[in-house]
Amino acid sequence: MSTDTPSRFDLPGTPVFDGQTSRRGLRMNKLFMSLRSAENRERFLADEAAYCDEFRLSPEQKQAVLDRDWQAMIDLGGSIFYVYKLAMMDGRSMQYLGGVFSGMTEEEFVAAMRAGGRRNG
Amino acid sequence: MAEVIWGLATSHVPSIGAAMDRGKTEDPNWKGLFDGYAPARAWLAEHRPDVAIVVYNDHANGIDLDVIPTFGIGTAERYEVADEGFGKRPVPDVVGDPDLSLHLLESLVDDGFDLTVFQELDVDHGFTVPLSVWTPDPGESWPCPVIPFLVNVIQYPQPTAARCYALGQALGRAIASYPKDVKVAILGTGGMSHQLAGARAGYINPEFDHMFLEAIEKDPAKLTTLSREDYIREAGSEGIEMIMWLIMRGALNDEVTKVHSHYFVPASNTAAAIALFDNRVPQPA
Repeated sequence: MSTDTPSRFDLPGTPVFDGQTSRRGLRMNKLFMSLRSAENRERFLADEAAYCDEFRLSPEQKQAVLDRDWQAMIDLGGSIFYVYKLAMMDGRSMQYLGGVFSGMTEEEFVAAMRAGGRRNG
Repeated sequence: MAEVIWGLATSHVPSIGAAMDRGKTEDPNWKGLFDGYAPARAWLAEHRPDVAIVVYNDHANGIDLDVIPTFGIGTAERYEVADEGFGKRPVPDVVGDPDLSLHLLESLVDDGFDLTVFQELDVDHGFTVPLSVWTPDPGESWPCPVIPFLVNVIQYPQPTAARCYALGQALGRAIASYPKDVKVAILGTGGMSHQLAGARAGYINPEFDHMFLEAIEKDPAKLTTLSREDYIREAGSEGIEMIMWLIMRGALNDEVTKVHSHYFVPASNTAAAIALFDNRVPQPA
């Protein structure tokens, strides 16, 4: 069951990537951005924990990355566009992530999108 | 004198580009989207501009979170296609138009819009997918030089819808004051409703999207009264990027002729749309 990220508006289930969130997540988002290069992906995969330390992630952020806890990465300041770099490296799609965030399998999420998308669900 | 001949609003979902790059446009899940592009593409092929401006946002490829310009403009001669982590899209790099960029910059700063200047910039799917929507088979090069016009839509506070529309109007004035006799096209990109993270991921709001499609043509000022919170609530946390359409629309005349529009759900996690406007003053028959 996913926890709900606190939102600056009264909009349940809608994380807003604002300045405080971005400050919290800066180190982790920089790590994600670095994964655009094949050389960095290789180094990351060789020793993920050391790579997280190199980018000075907090212990919670490091654990979230090592566990591939996508919801926790968002809660700890990850921007979805940056988190997605790690997901891509793992061969995960945005539909897979959508399923994780909304409590569905990837197949269920894709089916919901093809049925016209989710309303206030 | 330079003249804006058309404005195109289009989604920039990366999978639209991927579907084209991988030859999946006839796939049953995609055919409806690409069939919807056909009338616009046919018209666009007959109305080639001398230069285009693409209003878009970067997605952690050309710029990172160290510096977050609210508005920016590229002034380079060339922009490379970004490697977003899975190799570059197989599309041409972009030739710029530094003379027009620098004219627009000066004119906009004088008009109160203090843009960030990008002398080097790799352009990502937010930029190349709209070019592919316009020109599916560019060959060795895009149809004309293209200028990147960047908007921060990723980190709150994004610029307001009203500010985007006012910027678009100033952009229209800046283009009109360019001494060279060139035909200009403007692309406003992003949208429509979608949300990528949170329990509301997958959110789509067709009622809002159809209202927006109607208003962007006939009553764009109405869309400037909506707050950031309104956009995030009604269009999803990423749907707020539709404010970029208002920059394109602001640069057009008050009265435009809609050539074609089409709405399709889903492109991956997103409601996708295209809307093409002829900005030339209608001639009496």
